[in-house]
Amino acid sequence: MPRLSGLQRNVVSLYRQCLRACGKKPIETRDNFRRFVRNQFRENAAGIDKKDFAAIEYMIRKGQRQLEIYKDEGIRNVV
Amino acid sequence: MAALRMSPARLAQSLRAAPISPAWKRTMASVVPPSQTSTITEPAPDKDAKIKTFQIYRWDPDQPTSKPRMQTYTLDLNKTGPMVLDALIRIKNEIDPTLTFRRSCREGICGSCAMNIDGVNTLACLCRIPTETSHQSKIYPLPHTYVVKDLVPDLTLFYKQYRSIKPYLQRDTPPPDGKENRQSRPDREKLDGLYECILCACCSTSCPSYWWNAEQYLGPAILLQSYRWIADSRDEKTAERYDALNNSMSLYRCHTILNCSRTCPKGLNPGLAIAEIKKGMAFA
Repeated sequence: MPRLSGLQRNVVSLYRQCLRACGKKPIETRDNFRRFVRNQFRENAAGIDKKDFAAIEYMIRKGQRQLEIYKDEGIRNVV
Repeated sequence: MAALRMSPARLAQSLRAAPISPAWKRTMASVVPPSQTSTITEPAPDKDAKIKTFQIYRWDPDQPTSKPRMQTYTLDLNKTGPMVLDALIRIKNEIDPTLTFRRSCREGICGSCAMNIDGVNTLACLCRIPTETSHQSKIYPLPHTYVVKDLVPDLTLFYKQYRSIKPYLQRDTPPPDGKENRQSRPDREKLDGLYECILCACCSTSCPSYWWNAEQYLGPAILLQSYRWIADSRDEKTAERYDALNNSMSLYRCHTILNCSRTCPKGLNPGLAIAEIKKGMAFA
């Protein structure tokens, strides 16, 4: 794996945080959460140029806000 | 009113039953007859119209790859209220409904409409529109804040910092009369100039020190609030409050630049409050 830039590391870190949060969800719906995380990252990455730092930074902040919300134990499933 | 209460099915029936006149047929392309459309034709511009140009910061989060841009709007000042907020509301109502900004009380009590107008952080509802029309007014969101959309800043960190200073009365002993926490008149007067703060974040976002250290430095607005509880004669946790601030970042990043006192739209003096905290800590 090539050396990652700071921004790339931030993205990977957010992705790992999301997957860890998935592990805290009930076992029956865990796969739904994992699929949701994967899709969110894939969909959002598709439209953004890899050199568009401002947009990537914004998406990371948005992702972090979303993670805070989805982390809540009250959220047991996503579709 | 009866017509308004009709169910949609009945309404459709009655519309179908209505005879269609020839004049109607000519305008069928537009589906709705002209008498029922709400298009307002702009009257011809007055000779003595005072046309003012506003440049407003626009950014749409739904297109994250788009860059922020300045959009230009022109208004006739004779038909607009005196304040910048009136102009913004009029732009939103009549020209561009996609323009986004926070507003609530329109009288400088809520602190929602804080923004950077012609280079100064202030409340749009308390800022008069500069009347000379040759000069364009530029309106930006609060500086050095993440933008949610257009003129709406993300104040999450600001509120988190406010929570961290415990902005409420802390007491261990019950009040002597068992009912109220009483306060003498001179003690109450110490809170004048502190309790009026509406947390609009104008001062914090004008502070260069806060720009560079927003994560650790609390900023003038929060420190003013902190001092409001330190100065309160009824609060018993003054020592703990001092302790929480006694590090190199929380308080001492204030270098008395005094942009805060200069910009405060309510005319308060956060710089003085910070100096009082420093004094209190030095002599404690």
